[in-house]
Amino acid sequence: MSLQKEDVEKIAHLARLAIDEADIPDYARNLSSIFRLIEEMDAVDTGAVTPMAHPLDMPQRLRDDAVSEENQREHFQQIAPQVENGLYLVPQVIE
Amino acid sequence: MYHHKTIAELSRGLAAGEYTSEQLTRHFLQRIEEHGAALNCFITVTAAEALAQAREADQRRARGEAGPLTGIPMVHKDIFCTDGVKTSCGSKMLDNFIAPYDATVVHKLKDAGMPMLGKTNMDEFAMGSSNETSFYGPVKNPWNTDTVPGGSSGGSAAVVAARLAPFATGTDTGGSIRQPAALCGITGLKPTYGRVSRFGMIAFASSLDQGGPMTGNAEDAALVLNVMAGFDARDSTSAEREVPDYSAGLARPLDGLRIGLPREYFGAGLNAEVAKVIEIAIEQYKQLGAEVIEISLPNSKLSVPTYYVVAPAECSSNLSRFDGVRFGYRCEAPKDLDDLYKRSRGEGFGAEVKRRIMIGTYALSAGYYDAYYLQAQKMRHLISDDFKQAFKNVDVVMGPTAPDVAFGLGAKSDDPVSMYLSDIYTIAANLAGLPGMSIPAGFVNEMPVGLQLIGNYFDEVRLLNVAHKYQQATDWHMRLPDAYA
Repeated sequence: MSLQKEDVEKIAHLARLAIDEADIPDYARNLSSIFRLIEEMDAVDTGAVTPMAHPLDMPQRLRDDAVSEENQREHFQQIAPQVENGLYLVPQVIE
Repeated sequence: MYHHKTIAELSRGLAAGEYTSEQLTRHFLQRIEEHGAALNCFITVTAAEALAQAREADQRRARGEAGPLTGIPMVHKDIFCTDGVKTSCGSKMLDNFIAPYDATVVHKLKDAGMPMLGKTNMDEFAMGSSNETSFYGPVKNPWNTDTVPGGSSGGSAAVVAARLAPFATGTDTGGSIRQPAALCGITGLKPTYGRVSRFGMIAFASSLDQGGPMTGNAEDAALVLNVMAGFDARDSTSAEREVPDYSAGLARPLDGLRIGLPREYFGAGLNAEVAKVIEIAIEQYKQLGAEVIEISLPNSKLSVPTYYVVAPAECSSNLSRFDGVRFGYRCEAPKDLDDLYKRSRGEGFGAEVKRRIMIGTYALSAGYYDAYYLQAQKMRHLISDDFKQAFKNVDVVMGPTAPDVAFGLGAKSDDPVSMYLSDIYTIAANLAGLPGMSIPAGFVNEMPVGLQLIGNYFDEVRLLNVAHKYQQATDWHMRLPDAYA
């Protein structure tokens, strides 16, 4: 597979990544060669194989719906880029 | 000198009152001051905290409350959250991140009384095989500072190889403990998936990530794994199984041990000199009473392509949390919310991390999911079944850890695919969830070679035993680079 400039731009947008215009050819070349490596998988017929999502054969553990954490908002917000009155600030979303 | 001693020896010396934890801690801090900057193996050194913890350990010993690890200094890979201490994960994204809590592994080792000397350099978000993707620059291999230490736990491997600490934590998603252990000539163990808690260990690929010890030998790895392992309710995939005493099984004789040699691990791509070293190690095992059986892992050759779908897919999801809103890097003067997300992530992540996020995003996108992600999950099943078949007839699988010795700094940084292939022998164990180790087995051109041991699920006892018996009969693990002897 060979990715074009538009493909790279679309993927970068989906991943919310700003990338430099000048770097796009490198991304296209590297990602294309990685996908060529990945496509070696196509040689195997996996029609009858069930997908494996997880290495251990175990069910999802459940627990009682009890409060286990205390509120540490002030503590956690000390490392936030911008907060006011206990709220995280971002650029205005609604006009 | 203290740095020539194993953890087991240091533990006995502390118990006998021959020296204090403060003395040990000062000695290793002194070594870090001498060599740390040249090797670039630390992101943060926590000297004051380490000395305070050492004095506390000495007091604990005076009260008669010391355990086997109390007072022995150690370092953490900078992927483990450490309360109040910068936890960068090797990324500009987290350069300003002071973790607000301890990872379970950190908490357990702190509880055991081990002073933390600092946090080690690593590939950014553990994505790399050479430590060159770190925001803080590459780590140098102590055996030859023009070569890479391997990655992603390259800082931890270099620290232990240069004996700047007797023990470092590492994490292994596709070989990130074993490959740097091999390239730096130390002992590294990736436990069975779920054996060591992932809570507070910054996630890369959650179905593959596993923390483990990097030490000078297997006996020490057993000692620290005794503390690191165990069920953790805060990790949803933590294994609810008892932790055996890993030290208790070390001395078991190897008579009748069945070693499986996968023919796929000795084919094209393997350096012939490395192959020779591995063959000699296998001969040594035969002399120790083991039987060698040729096996086949027919799907293992596709483990790299499979991994490069599964790991980036999970990474693209895990790393979506870094959005510049609640913690970490935020770009200057964002125009709007979309600009804030895009530029914070674009400027905060390095090239390799961005590449992997994009691979994962594409592989999971509408119209491509079946061709990539679903196919990779099926391949994962086949790779895993190969091992299940093999372990019907053998106790341990052996082969090289890496196809070559450490390569030159910069040699592969422009070619991601050739870099990815450095993990060709380690990735399958992560896909299957099996425990794996690398132990020093010799040298090629004065650079260390690692022998890889892969065990059955939760059979770390046997793996450590097999490694320990070899280390009783050889001295490769005791060799130190001249500059750090």
